[in-house]
Amino acid sequence: MRAAAFPGGPAYWLLGLFACVAATGVAAAADYRTIPQTGFTSVLAIEQDATPTPLAAYALRSEPVTNAEFLAFVKEHPEWRRDAVPGVFADARYLEHWATPDTLGDDALPDQPVTRVSWFAADAYCSAEGARLPTWLEWERAAAASAESADARNDPAWRRQLLDWYSRPSSRALDRIGGEPNLYGVRDLHALVWEWVDDFSALIVAPDSRDQGDPDRLKFCGEAALSLRDRDNYALLMRVAMLSSLKAVNTTMNLGFRCARDVPASPPARPHQEPAP
Amino acid sequence: MKPFAPLIALATLVLALLLPAAARADLPGDSLYRLDVALTGQDGRAFRFADGAGTPRVVSMFYADCPFMCPLLIDTIRKTEGELPEAARNRLKVLLVSFDAEHDTPAVLQALADKRHIDTTRWTLARAGATDVRRIAALLDIPFRQLADGNFSHAGVMILLDADGRVVARTETMGKLDPEFIAALEATLADSATAPSK
Repeated sequence: MRAAAFPGGPAYWLLGLFACVAATGVAAAADYRTIPQTGFTSVLAIEQDATPTPLAAYALRSEPVTNAEFLAFVKEHPEWRRDAVPGVFADARYLEHWATPDTLGDDALPDQPVTRVSWFAADAYCSAEGARLPTWLEWERAAAASAESADARNDPAWRRQLLDWYSRPSSRALDRIGGEPNLYGVRDLHALVWEWVDDFSALIVAPDSRDQGDPDRLKFCGEAALSLRDRDNYALLMRVAMLSSLKAVNTTMNLGFRCARDVPASPPARPHQEPAP
Repeated sequence: MKPFAPLIALATLVLALLLPAAARADLPGDSLYRLDVALTGQDGRAFRFADGAGTPRVVSMFYADCPFMCPLLIDTIRKTEGELPEAARNRLKVLLVSFDAEHDTPAVLQALADKRHIDTTRWTLARAGATDVRRIAALLDIPFRQLADGNFSHAGVMILLDADGRVVARTETMGKLDPEFIAALEATLADSATAPSK
């Protein structure tokens, strides 16, 4: 669905080609949905500054990367096989649930999201797809949308729905991809897996939250660590807490990823092309 | 007219850019030099992160226009290596990689090196592209975030890599000496002095 990410016109021909070439070697062309430019107030507030952060338009994969897609990547890039990857890029349980280094088996269905992948592996996959990992802000902004509203975060029904999703036991088998799309046609942001974001390590809750010792220790240059703005938004705060606890080599059974791409600013004459939800 | 020639050239270029870092298979699996990223020094010279293999190196991240932590970081590294005997100190390399891919050009880094009287025969101030900056920061486990005013929030960290790129010691003690880190430096530099030269 490159058309969504790169609205037509000769100016974007090169970018279209880039995406096309980049996608070779990955199972099928991934579906990206455009999220329009906006201002967005994150659940993570910087200091007391509550003004919305400007966020450029971007494209987000409509689904997390699946086992089948990651298997195709590993076959194309054997340095990311679990029996080849160096320990500095992934921990010992990387892709552990696959039957062999290059077969999925019963515990990893092709259309389940891939999990047990490190940040480095997710980063490498997205690069190979001509994309990158989304920032937290990009992920959160897409995940704030319900099927009807671009920002449903203050909708009590939406919040209840989120809490229902997040309170499901994590021991059950992962669902397959293909949940209900949100307003932008992006699926499975909430109910399926945790997802890596590019800046996972910087979602710092308090200046000394990683520091068990002296709170006066000089730790941060810009002196503005993040603080939590919206304490009622438990679902997102759980996610932030989980991501903040990770190292880039870590893998878990419930942690996958999806990729994002930059989108050129829309030509002024063209109305925004939003795929119908 | 060869209509496909530009396409092929572009495709080749794109693929070259996309090829994941070719890991150096002769390095141990826990060597940080498995990450193959391109850097540019304050002198404008391009090099690879893994080029540091062969000698012990203190590695950290900073940025030039940093009001507080980075001057402290530079002073702390300098004080720390000042504790070493001169012969050992002369074998130690220091690599500081900038968070600020946008502003920290080689000229900016050279100006900082001049201003701070940094010995660039042993120290290198380097820049990398924004994507590689994130990869290096993840590899070194140095969280950072760019703030709205352009500054970077980051931890002050010194990491000692041995000649193979393995992490020997790490400290977040800034502004004063960390005796354990200095002991690790002394031991690692003593090893490298007796090891057969590569």
